Amino acid sequence: MRVWIAQPLRSYVQQRSAVEAFGATLAQLLDDLERRHPGIRFRIIDEQDGIRPHVRIFVNHEAVRRLDVSLRETDEVHVLQSLSGG
Amino acid sequence: MPSPLPDGPVSLLVSTRKGVWTLHADALRSAFELRGPSFLGHVIHHAVADPRDRRTLLVAARTGHLGPTVFRSTDGGASWKEASRPPAFRKARDGETGKVVDHVFWLEPGHASEPGVWYAGTSPEGLFRTADGGDVWQPVAGFNDHPRNAEWTPKEVNPTPDGPLLHSIQIDPRDPRHLYIAMSGGGGGVFESVDGGGDWRPLNAGCRADFLPDPFPEFGQDPHCVQLHPTAPDVLYQQNHCGIYRLVRPSETWVRIGENMPRDVGDIGFPIVLHPRDPETAWVFPMDGTDVWPRTSPGGKPAVYATRDGGRSWRRLDRGLPPSQAWFTVRRQAMTADACAPLGLYFGTTSGEVWGSIDEGVEWRCLARHLPLIHAVEAASLST
Repeated sequence: MRVWIAQPLRSYVQQRSAVEAFGATLAQLLDDLERRHPGIRFRIIDEQDGIRPHVRIFVNHEAVRRLDVSLRETDEVHVLQSLSGG
Repeated sequence: MPSPLPDGPVSLLVSTRKGVWTLHADALRSAFELRGPSFLGHVIHHAVADPRDRRTLLVAARTGHLGPTVFRSTDGGASWKEASRPPAFRKARDGETGKVVDHVFWLEPGHASEPGVWYAGTSPEGLFRTADGGDVWQPVAGFNDHPRNAEWTPKEVNPTPDGPLLHSIQIDPRDPRHLYIAMSGGGGGVFESVDGGGDWRPLNAGCRADFLPDPFPEFGQDPHCVQLHPTAPDVLYQQNHCGIYRLVRPSETWVRIGENMPRDVGDIGFPIVLHPRDPETAWVFPMDGTDVWPRTSPGGKPAVYATRDGGRSWRRLDRGLPPSQAWFTVRRQAMTADACAPLGLYFGTTSGEVWGSIDEGVEWRCLARHLPLIHAVEAASLST
């Protein structure tokens, strides 16, 4: 499925704005994303599997805060940055 | 902190809230060229060169949005790779609240006999080790999972703005298994391990904690910076929230040597720098610790103070520094020395200036200005 990547993370995806990755859950999708683009997951997800405070993940334009969210092949995922000060 | 070898040109690694800059000295240290930035926009808490090979550099980075990581170079900064496993706490067990590294705060090259070994201290307080030059980092379980760790690193409801810190990782040059660390936060204090980090104990006798009901607790002090002397490793100095101290092992009791500072300046500050060839010599940069703790240069008149007799007396060194209306703050990692003769001293300010002296602090000049807030300044002598 298509995963849109926020600008601060694009050094991990050859500066592309969207990449392909797959998984039946958001956790699996992020694992696949890490396999394809090493290093990206830890910048988004902490060691306790929490989404980092200034990162937002949307599935089909709906914000999610957990990694056990189920995904379908046709879903669209956005990994975005939230505001974080100056 | 590592000192550069005395046989190469001096470089300064300047870590800021918005990236890394380097200052490169000519052979006489008469001119310094500013280069950079690297990692523009990244929050850099520490950039350190490995004195063992003079080519490896590690950088502790995060951004406003993204999690913490470590970048490493094996060619003196010409190219960089990210750690494949940055410092991270172990996954929480059932029923546990797991810790999350907010940022890597301190990087320390390991013992000379252990090339590739580095230690990292983080916020919140965690100790990590790599054996491959900074690519894969592992938690030091002996500290992070110590039976008393929860006492020493209590979770704070309202932590200090930069978070509780593990810093001042010091390694005995006679024994890679003999380690010291310091922590500032809800717990805090100096801790020692004699078995390579397997077990730890507090080492704070004699050191005050004026902000606690018991001013001399077993731990809970706020050491701002601890330095072990590289050639006289029984001698340690500490710039603490509550004064300047010195400890000469095997004694277990810190002696407050800051009482000998001028009363109107006091002995509060963040950094302390040692002379690598003389254990009786140290430099501090006092901060205003009166009233509501402005943490600026006392009276707006910045000065370095030096002792040449182990803290029995102190001399003010301010020639070349602004005589008034200069409200510098110098953070704990932002003052350092090279290893030349005479020694060069350098500090960076929260207002983005780098100041240097190539005569052991007698005469100062501004080497760079208009940089972002400076977190750390480290001297290096890189292999060319």
